[in-house]
Amino acid sequence: MTEAISLSGAAASRGGAPVWSGVDLGIARGEFVAVLGPNGAGKSTFLDVALGLLPLSAGGVSVLGATPRAARARIGYLPQRRSFDASTRVRGVDVVRLGLDGARWGLPLPAALSGSARAARAKVAEVVELVGASAYAERPIGSLSGGEQQRLLIGQALVRDPEMLLLDEPLDSLDLPNQAAVAALVQRICRTQGVTVVLVAHDVNPILGYLDRVVYFAGGHGVEGPPREVIRADVLSELYGSPIEVVETRSGRLIVVGTPDAGGHSGDCGGHDHAADERQAERPVAEREPAG
Amino acid sequence: MSVAGPHPSWDLVADWEQLTAYPFMVQALEAGAIVAVMAGAIGWFMVLRRQTFAGHTLAMISFPGAAAATLAAIPIAFGYFGACGLGALALAAVGREGSGGRAGESAAIGTVQAFALGLGFLFVGLYGGQLAGLEALLFGTFLGITEGQVVTLLCIAVITLLVLAALARPLFYASVDGAVARAGGVPTRFLGVAFLLLLGMAVAATSEIVGALLVFALLVTPAATAQLITARPVRGLLLSVVFAFAVTWLGLGIAYFSPYPVGFWVTSLSFGLYVLTRLCPLSPRGRQRTEAPPAVA
Repeated sequence: MTEAISLSGAAASRGGAPVWSGVDLGIARGEFVAVLGPNGAGKSTFLDVALGLLPLSAGGVSVLGATPRAARARIGYLPQRRSFDASTRVRGVDVVRLGLDGARWGLPLPAALSGSARAARAKVAEVVELVGASAYAERPIGSLSGGEQQRLLIGQALVRDPEMLLLDEPLDSLDLPNQAAVAALVQRICRTQGVTVVLVAHDVNPILGYLDRVVYFAGGHGVEGPPREVIRADVLSELYGSPIEVVETRSGRLIVVGTPDAGGHSGDCGGHDHAADERQAERPVAEREPAG
Repeated sequence: MSVAGPHPSWDLVADWEQLTAYPFMVQALEAGAIVAVMAGAIGWFMVLRRQTFAGHTLAMISFPGAAAATLAAIPIAFGYFGACGLGALALAAVGREGSGGRAGESAAIGTVQAFALGLGFLFVGLYGGQLAGLEALLFGTFLGITEGQVVTLLCIAVITLLVLAALARPLFYASVDGAVARAGGVPTRFLGVAFLLLLGMAVAATSEIVGALLVFALLVTPAATAQLITARPVRGLLLSVVFAFAVTWLGLGIAYFSPYPVGFWVTSLSFGLYVLTRLCPLSPRGRQRTEAPPAVA
């Protein structure tokens, strides 16, 4: 079976400025992979390449054994976002349903008249059940919490039975218990549905226990491998081109110290350079990076 | 604009016979129904997309269009629909430039709006400042509708609603969830421009009947009321149309038997319906805390 995503000698640039180059990596099907790196290192650029939204400036890319554009229909994508605001008067099930047939022209037929509409409704209900959102899927999505919204949005990305999920910072803006719950949900989907999951994350710690592999972008390059083989002092020092320390706490958390752009405890990736878990619980996100 | 003479009874059939005794009243009811259905449906999407400010600007743009048509002695409908069509394209161009900030977009739209009003004032001045004409442009000509106008309105409404029906689902997707829709291959930019054009047509038709200043009684209030009541898309859309239709016909009916103008009754009824809905929540779950503010484009 072909790989889910493979890059060979790949380079990407945005607006003429190179983001990363010389990247070789292969993500096998069915894996749960996190994409890590400091702000602006090219995590979202990697997703754009995989989605076919941004052509490579050099090298080759293959997604699910095809070109990114050809594979697009087999991918469920969850963009980075802020949440729906409170005045959004649209039900959760409607948002999930849009993922199924929202791009189709015309008006949907009422379920009473059309078999395909009944099938669509059943499919939506099945996915809502899968992400554990049945209790609140009928409520306006603007009135739900961030974690509830995120579950419904993952449901929306899943509703077309994709072979791969690309999730751009789905844990961002969630509190710690919800980060762990959503990470567990994503891993369960990955295992039980056989879906490859590529998840861009700000902080590896909430998902560390669930991951098969990480891709780490920094300093204009990218490396991949099992989490504990990549998030290591020697590997990251070479990637950043400056001395980096990785500290493991007694609870198993990885803390990356000395990244060039990590002033104070502003959010970098691969861990936090402050060890206070309580403080992190209070402020799950330090800052949001612009796309790219 | 009021009609003196007829007195209401409690016999609804007799009242209806009185209402429809004159052709001008029949035409007003017909035109009102057409405009209400169009405004209710398009207004629902406008409120969902938070383009109320764009709708308001289009209404303001319709005024110089109509004034220019009066000045040039061409049918006034050309003025309304031409100005709103061009205005919609201008808004689409402005919106495209302001890719990042909504604030920049609404400021640019506001600039267009002020200029449009100034132009309208100029055209009215050039025409000789006939105040009766000005009042009709701003507050409507409900009771002066001709049969020809009704037919024109019907054609425009049918075309607009057919296009809206064809675009409805992807438009809903793009309105609720723009980023995912775009990534999923929905032509969100095209839909944005197309919707502004549809909105322009609805605003032009509504302005022609209820006047540039009272457009929102049919375009915003019924849709906002419907969205307060239900979060279901189909039900909300239907409710919005029903509300717009009900306030228009009731307003016409009451105005016929009262000394006050139609525009006042239509706006008051739709406002009353909105306030009533806000005060007594019909939907038990998830009442919204903040209403979509009218000044947000």
